Amino acid sequence: MPTLTKSISGWGRYPAHTCELSRPERYADLKADQPSIIARGQGRSYGDASLNEHGHVLLTERINRMLELDIKQGIIKAEAGVTLAEILSVCVKHGWFLPVTPGTRFASLGGCVAADVHGKNHHHDGSFGKHVLGMEMLLADGRRIQCSASENSELFWATVGGMGLTGIIGTVTLKLIPIATSQIQVQHRAAGNLQALFELLNDPDLDDHYSVAWIDCMAKGHKLGRGVAMFGHHASVDEYRAALPLTHHVKSVRNLPFDFPGWLLNPLSINLFNQAYFWNEGRKTDAFLTSYESYFYPLDAIGQWNRMYGKRGFLQYQCVLPETQALSGMTRLLQAISASRNASFLAVLKRLGESSLGMLSFPMPGFTLALDLPLHDQQALFTLLDRLDQITLEHGGRVYLAKDAHLSAENFRLMYPRYADWLKIKQQFDPANVFNSSLARRLHIGEQP
Amino acid sequence: MTRNVLILGATSAIARGVAMAFASLGDNLYLASRDLDELQRIASDLRVRYDISVHTGLFDANKPETHTAFFQQVVGTMGNLDGIALAFGLMGDQISAREFDVAEKIIMSNYTGAVSILGLSANYLEARKAGFIIGITSVAGDRGRQSNYVYGSAKGALSLYLQGLRNRLYPVNVRVLTIKPGFVDTAMTFGLPGMFLVASPATIGKKIVESLNKSADVIYLPFFWRYIMLIIKHIPEFIFKRLKL
Repeated sequence: MPTLTKSISGWGRYPAHTCELSRPERYADLKADQPSIIARGQGRSYGDASLNEHGHVLLTERINRMLELDIKQGIIKAEAGVTLAEILSVCVKHGWFLPVTPGTRFASLGGCVAADVHGKNHHHDGSFGKHVLGMEMLLADGRRIQCSASENSELFWATVGGMGLTGIIGTVTLKLIPIATSQIQVQHRAAGNLQALFELLNDPDLDDHYSVAWIDCMAKGHKLGRGVAMFGHHASVDEYRAALPLTHHVKSVRNLPFDFPGWLLNPLSINLFNQAYFWNEGRKTDAFLTSYESYFYPLDAIGQWNRMYGKRGFLQYQCVLPETQALSGMTRLLQAISASRNASFLAVLKRLGESSLGMLSFPMPGFTLALDLPLHDQQALFTLLDRLDQITLEHGGRVYLAKDAHLSAENFRLMYPRYADWLKIKQQFDPANVFNSSLARRLHIGEQP
Repeated sequence: MTRNVLILGATSAIARGVAMAFASLGDNLYLASRDLDELQRIASDLRVRYDISVHTGLFDANKPETHTAFFQQVVGTMGNLDGIALAFGLMGDQISAREFDVAEKIIMSNYTGAVSILGLSANYLEARKAGFIIGITSVAGDRGRQSNYVYGSAKGALSLYLQGLRNRLYPVNVRVLTIKPGFVDTAMTFGLPGMFLVASPATIGKKIVESLNKSADVIYLPFFWRYIMLIIKHIPEFIFKRLKL
């Protein structure tokens, strides 16, 4: 198959590594015929998970056929390269929706399994892998093998959240959830500080199918952690009586035409934005309807929004802290961030529910914080990230591999206690460590515990 | 009005783009190629996305002796055919094509096999006095270059054949379109050096199907290739033969 050697990066545009790429168009060509290989779908993980420096990267974007859609049972079977947007384009009109969705619909199906992504409903419904009924995997020895929670279950749970390191995900069968309309009924509540925000997210009377909070990272002192909690659910027909409740909305995506200059996002401009956002969004305490696109995927409306952070790119930091430690830990994290000069544009706080059976899955019961950190001053940023990792560890938490570009191998082992279990399965199905990536080498994944 | 369209060489990226464009208009499809497993995947995808009827069948351009039976089977399955889109082809490797057995395969795939199945298609549509034939050739057929003249000569011959067919079928109201793609982002061009302004196969497929509603008979895609080739065709031979193209 023809190959192309070039420098590529993840969604954060940091790091960039030179990799050898190939792009199969036939399912039969989706195989591990290189000594070091990682599959890459849409490159929507932020750091180095889909990179393989000096190794091979298998682009799955053309292996994107939807094979079966059962509109009675709400089950879809598709090849791993298909995007969530493509799935939505066929299932919403029949009254079905993704059981779990990350913050972008341009991620690939295979990527969602490999990162075991979570959504705003994690506290009720768990992460992506829980809704996968089965997969076809292409293994290092050339075998094609079916796996699910009941068949080859160890391989299945090593692959869910396994960052593509157990084999190539070929096809995925996913259970969808029923919806009556394509709209989301939303309600906002403002909170003046972090504790108040936690109380909003923990309030059973306010809780809904989906919940998420936005945090103003620039607020300090007694306002530290102030933000807006946003609750939502798929609107019923009664809630949405207007015409055509199952319209599939297609909004054209406008790309950022150029890299923003690095200085555009500075503490002053971000502070102004955050002030305005807090007042505008915090006022929406009455329920209102919005399209599922604008509720779940606000940033998808701006194609290549990652260019906003300029050529040097950015890192995203996302960690989870267990329930009992969450408030004290998040306070320390936010203090460390607001004390540093690395202004964050967007910070998101979410409640997480039960852990996944995925051995390297990220979620655990507690709270997760995600924020973008522009890469202006690499040394200062890496010092801050070391500090954040330390706080996360001290509070019994962990960092999300799909976002990460900086964690150390040592801290990875402390944060992911099931790594030893995972490694046994990895060595059983990929003894020569064919499935490899820049992330795996940085964290020494595939090596001894 | 729903049309019945046969797509030959339906596993290529451009053919998939063409199939999607027809499917999005609600047309019913018969997909044919040598790779049945791959065809079934593409067919399932078209059914899920567009809720249309899609048939699949084995077709090998290199075996003209099987074409009559194949064509009868397609017509039998579909009831009738409104159009045929030919998308198969083999670029091959120009260095190994210096050996005749390799060159012969390239000529067979791109020209002889095409003449065989297009002949059957033309006779069928001529009798129905309606329909269309879309032939996908290449800008490589416009002028012979040392880097791919075996492929180029076969595609050039196909362009001439289509021209003749258009002339023959004009009185009976059968459209014959010659499509000449430039650089398209397919498995054929992935990683090749010197590619520029590469078009996506989905866009090319859409443009090809839209061409049926326009008057032009020979269509370069994207459009600017008409001008690039106009220049290339007009370079005097005494200069051209010195160029490393």
